[in-house]
Amino acid sequence: MRFFKNFYHALISQSFQDIVKFFIILGLLYWLISTGSERLEYNWQWYRVKQFLFTLDQNGFVPGPLLQGLWVTLKIAFLSLFLTLIFGLITAIFRLSDSFVASLLARVYVESIRNTPLLIQLLFNYFVLSPILGIDAFMTAVLTLSLFEGAYASEIIRAGIQSIDKGQWESAQSTGLNRMQTYFYIIIPQAYKFLIPPITNQSVALIKDSALVSTIAIYDLTMQGQVVISNTFLTFEIWFTVAVIYLSVALFITFVVYVLEMYLHRGVQS
Amino acid sequence: MSYLKPVILSIFILFFIAGSAYSSQVRSQLAQESTLEQVMKRGVMRVGMSTFVPWAMQSKEGEFIGFEIDVATRLAQDMGVNVEFVPTRWSGIIPALLTGKFDIIIGGMGIRPDRNLKVNFSMPYDYSGMSIVAHKQKAKGFTSLDDFNSSDVTIAARLGTTAASAAGDFMPEASLRLFDDEAQAIQELMNGRVHAVVASAPLPAFQAIQHPDRLFVPIEENFTQEPIGFAVRKGDYDIINFLDNWIRFVQAEGWLKQRKHYWFETRDWADQIR
Repeated sequence: MRFFKNFYHALISQSFQDIVKFFIILGLLYWLISTGSERLEYNWQWYRVKQFLFTLDQNGFVPGPLLQGLWVTLKIAFLSLFLTLIFGLITAIFRLSDSFVASLLARVYVESIRNTPLLIQLLFNYFVLSPILGIDAFMTAVLTLSLFEGAYASEIIRAGIQSIDKGQWESAQSTGLNRMQTYFYIIIPQAYKFLIPPITNQSVALIKDSALVSTIAIYDLTMQGQVVISNTFLTFEIWFTVAVIYLSVALFITFVVYVLEMYLHRGVQS
Repeated sequence: MSYLKPVILSIFILFFIAGSAYSSQVRSQLAQESTLEQVMKRGVMRVGMSTFVPWAMQSKEGEFIGFEIDVATRLAQDMGVNVEFVPTRWSGIIPALLTGKFDIIIGGMGIRPDRNLKVNFSMPYDYSGMSIVAHKQKAKGFTSLDDFNSSDVTIAARLGTTAASAAGDFMPEASLRLFDDEAQAIQELMNGRVHAVVASAPLPAFQAIQHPDRLFVPIEENFTQEPIGFAVRKGDYDIINFLDNWIRFVQAEGWLKQRKHYWFETRDWADQIR
């Protein structure tokens, strides 16, 4: 009798219901995809995909075009993220400064970048500006991306700085620190914990936006995918594979930052 | 055992009747499902295309004009249906056909084995060739394909075209930069970032005429010859049969030749485009 009671409780318990719901949703998704692909009358050839990721033979592990493209994407993303944070920080400080010119400059930069499409900026920078400045396609892509994401990052950083209590500024001033010292010793060390989640979002957005650099013939993950498709016509297989690679990179970043946050917030009472 | 013969015979006859009925059913079903029948039912032929000068261009009024546009319009007219053009990025035009976004590709598509694995082609109604245009300073003194075939040479082309594969085949040493349309590839050449652009004739020659101070044609004749056909979905004999015979019909008329001459050997249409 008691066993049945326990069993009944387990059956109606919240977690068990959640698991059932999860599997129902999973089943629905699977059904949707399988019927959709059947209705397409598309000839799936998944077995041809692996060679474009990597080959394993007597030469050992040789990365295929897609993994080479991923490497380029990661290089672009890493460099751009570094520059994004620098641009964002400088712009945020300009924006909050008492100087009218500096804050106007920051405002014009942020508003003009945020209100124009990234693709147009990329094409404009590549075909119009970069021949004048004499920088190559790769650097043009990195600069365009970091200027674009930097505009968003500056708003995040500004909000983070403004969230610090006014009293902190006053006490810093009374101990004789100047503005820059106050920023670097008092404000930013307190603000950066609040910045981590939105900046993570920005990094993931950066990686996704970097797909656009394929339009200026940089052989990133998206471009390599396009080239493979144009040679093999494995359209859906390759695009799905590319999407999964982007997804895994984004999830990996999110996971790393989650672990980092755990570490930073250790011993802090929420 | 005298009854065995008629029994066996009648079983055979039964099978034969059922079989022929079944096969005629399959045949009529195939005819029903043919793109040809679908287009006639709809009254509209949806044509997948992409802009290629002078195959398909936009006029000042925003209408499509060009050799392929004439061909598609005439084809629809001879079928007694209207034509609807579906502009598609060249790099994605075959998947768009396979997923039924339109009925046929009429866009100067070269008949290639790797494409033929995914789509069916009609017989060729036109032949085109690859040609090359180069930058005067960067490619100074280049006169043959071998000059371009070296590791410090960069070539631009359009993604997913026969030009892109031809550049890879004929100049394997050179590095390749691929763009989504010819305008970007030409811009890259004008900025002196690449040595040359490979594209279907006559575009390279036109570009050299338009920018004589910066560009030149290093090799006069086309370096490939390729057949151009209509592309349709696989497993459809009726439409292929119709297209082939339509091509024979307009060829015999001399109409194809006359259109080809107008778009490729004259520039009478130049004032129609922007």
